[in-house]
Amino acid sequence: MRTLIYLATALAVMGLAFWAYRVNYETQDRLGDLRALNREIASLHEGIGVLNAEWAYLNRPDRLRELVNMNFVRVPLLPLAPEQFGTAAQVAYPLPEGEAGGEGGAGLADVAETIDVISTGADLMPAVEDGQ
Amino acid sequence: MIRTPLRPLARILTARAKGENPDAIERENIRLRGEANRDGERARAEGRLLMMGLLFLAAFVTVGARMGTLAASQPEEPQLSDTAPAILAQRADITDREGRVLATNLVTHALYAQPPMLVDPERTADKLIAIFPDLDRARLIKDFTGARKFVWIKKKISPEQMQAVHDIGDPGLLFGPREMRLYPNGSLAAHILGGARFGAEGVNSAEVVGTAGVEKAFDGWLRDPANGGAPLTLSIDLTIQAAVEEVLYGGMKLMGAKGATAILMEAHTGEIVAMASLPDFDPNDRPAPLTKGDASDSPLFNRAVQGVYELGSTFKVFAVAQAMEMGLVNPSTMVQTASPMRVGKFKINDFHNYGPQLSVTDVIVESSNVGTARIVQMIGAEKQRQFLDQLGFLQPTPVELVEAPTGRPILPPKWSDISAMTIGYGHGLAASPLHLAAAYAAFANGGRKVTPTLVHDIGHRPGERVMSEDVARRTLAMMRAVVTRGTASFADVKGYQVAGKTGSADKAKPTGGYYKDKVMGTFAGVFPVTDPKYVLVVSLDEGSTYAAGETRRTAGWTAAPVAGEMIRRVGPLLGLRPEEGPSVLEGIQLVKASAGH
Repeated sequence: MRTLIYLATALAVMGLAFWAYRVNYETQDRLGDLRALNREIASLHEGIGVLNAEWAYLNRPDRLRELVNMNFVRVPLLPLAPEQFGTAAQVAYPLPEGEAGGEGGAGLADVAETIDVISTGADLMPAVEDGQ
Repeated sequence: MIRTPLRPLARILTARAKGENPDAIERENIRLRGEANRDGERARAEGRLLMMGLLFLAAFVTVGARMGTLAASQPEEPQLSDTAPAILAQRADITDREGRVLATNLVTHALYAQPPMLVDPERTADKLIAIFPDLDRARLIKDFTGARKFVWIKKKISPEQMQAVHDIGDPGLLFGPREMRLYPNGSLAAHILGGARFGAEGVNSAEVVGTAGVEKAFDGWLRDPANGGAPLTLSIDLTIQAAVEEVLYGGMKLMGAKGATAILMEAHTGEIVAMASLPDFDPNDRPAPLTKGDASDSPLFNRAVQGVYELGSTFKVFAVAQAMEMGLVNPSTMVQTASPMRVGKFKINDFHNYGPQLSVTDVIVESSNVGTARIVQMIGAEKQRQFLDQLGFLQPTPVELVEAPTGRPILPPKWSDISAMTIGYGHGLAASPLHLAAAYAAFANGGRKVTPTLVHDIGHRPGERVMSEDVARRTLAMMRAVVTRGTASFADVKGYQVAGKTGSADKAKPTGGYYKDKVMGTFAGVFPVTDPKYVLVVSLDEGSTYAAGETRRTAGWTAAPVAGEMIRRVGPLLGLRPEEGPSVLEGIQLVKASAGH
């Protein structure tokens, strides 16, 4: 019985030693990975810093102004002016699709009336064509 | 173990036979047994003591050895902490209020040489000069062949230059990593940012130190690793700053001015949205300060903060506001304005003669020196001094720039009645444009003192009250009249309801007296007057324009139109909607007009 206990203990010690050895090396591996990751994170951070700096450099107002001037023929951009503020009333409502039923019908009909101001201009077109 | 019986039968029988006392044998045996027991106990106790001693020795040796290794080894960051350590050794970025980068760091390299390791010093020097033409060949060869063991060649080099130096292939040329400060927007907001340089330099790193502006004012904060890389958020708005600088530059060139400055400030918080001073410089390549001559001729000079000027008629509103606050006048009180006005041996003149009397509103609208002097007479010199002190005119501005304390106002040596009168219309007291902006902000926010600041969103508390809300409102109404029918009509912008005041002050000669043809033209204004949000100060140094048959130098012709154009450009960027929105019909016409172009 006693021999059995000694044997079991010895086996347990060997088992634990083997386990500890493995865990130790695994930990060291993981630490190595972590170090590599940290290095990568640091270099990526540095990269982000460079990209941010480049982004800021490419978007500097001087350069954007020059680009606008160079491409004015294709994209005529001008500085924002106070006259460009509009009112909601200036935006045309979409035309009702088919027949709008129920309560919304009356409202949509009113909107169509307002747009008529513009469509009077459109009405002239057929008149001109008729004249030709 | 075989125990000896206490009364061994054989010895007892023998003792009895001899007639001795058998109890003596028992006692003897008890004594012997006791001694044996005691010896055993002692041995065990000694063993235990020894064991304990060994254990303690082992423990002390362990602790000592650990202390020794800790003391002898290099410190190392803990590797296993879950949360990334919030410590960054980098200098923090500076951003505008929207988070756009104004200053950041870039990794580059410094180039140095160890002459003893150079294989062919002359050839290396020649090749280096081919890459960096600004190096001095004779000096390089002297350094390379002399007794020096270490020579810095370039503090910052680009990756292309680094590759070219690699290609020389001399083992004596070495690189050290460097973090350099980069201002990606070039000269934009140069005076605010200031600049940075290398402080203590080593081979592996160098500290970056601020030299001026916020970089120096916040140097400690920017370098504090405990901030975890959080950027310094300024109150500046990049796009608005760019628009302000563009308009100001155009205005300065158009008016032939030698310098110009503009400040746009939030009236309620004192946050500076844009602050420009021309001429400016590139903080990436900061020029050396002037060693002789007038400091204000250097592009490094920040006119908005450091430049103290007599700001002319823009001061008149302070006198009028104070008189109203004291209950001496109201906007329609008539004031005598017969020009010239004689005070002792002095004579106060107006630009034109405005007749015998004007209402207080018209004194401001027509900008009458005489009328203002009469109002100041009513207030008294000491009270005027106190009021201007409350508005911050007697101290340098507390804005977060290292240069701020140098913008100390120039006050009269003795605040006499006559100097009070001249100060009333803006002569005899020189203050910076930023002083003026902060004081005008008090009108715009309903009468509370404003502390100008460059840092965004740090919980601004409303300042102390310097005038009642009613007085502030009525003063604004007068300033609005200046724009609608007075000297600042060129500053009017449809929809933005500008209120303001012009000021034209002859520049003082360094030798005493005033120049006839050098005028500092200033416009200080508030918009939109219905719900004042922003204060704008524009100042042109020696501006003039030829209009309507004569050369005009007054601020109404120089600074006011520039300010008007600035508000027109900046208003939409600030998200301000024009008050009288264009009607539907106007909108349609505009679309057609622009399509026609």
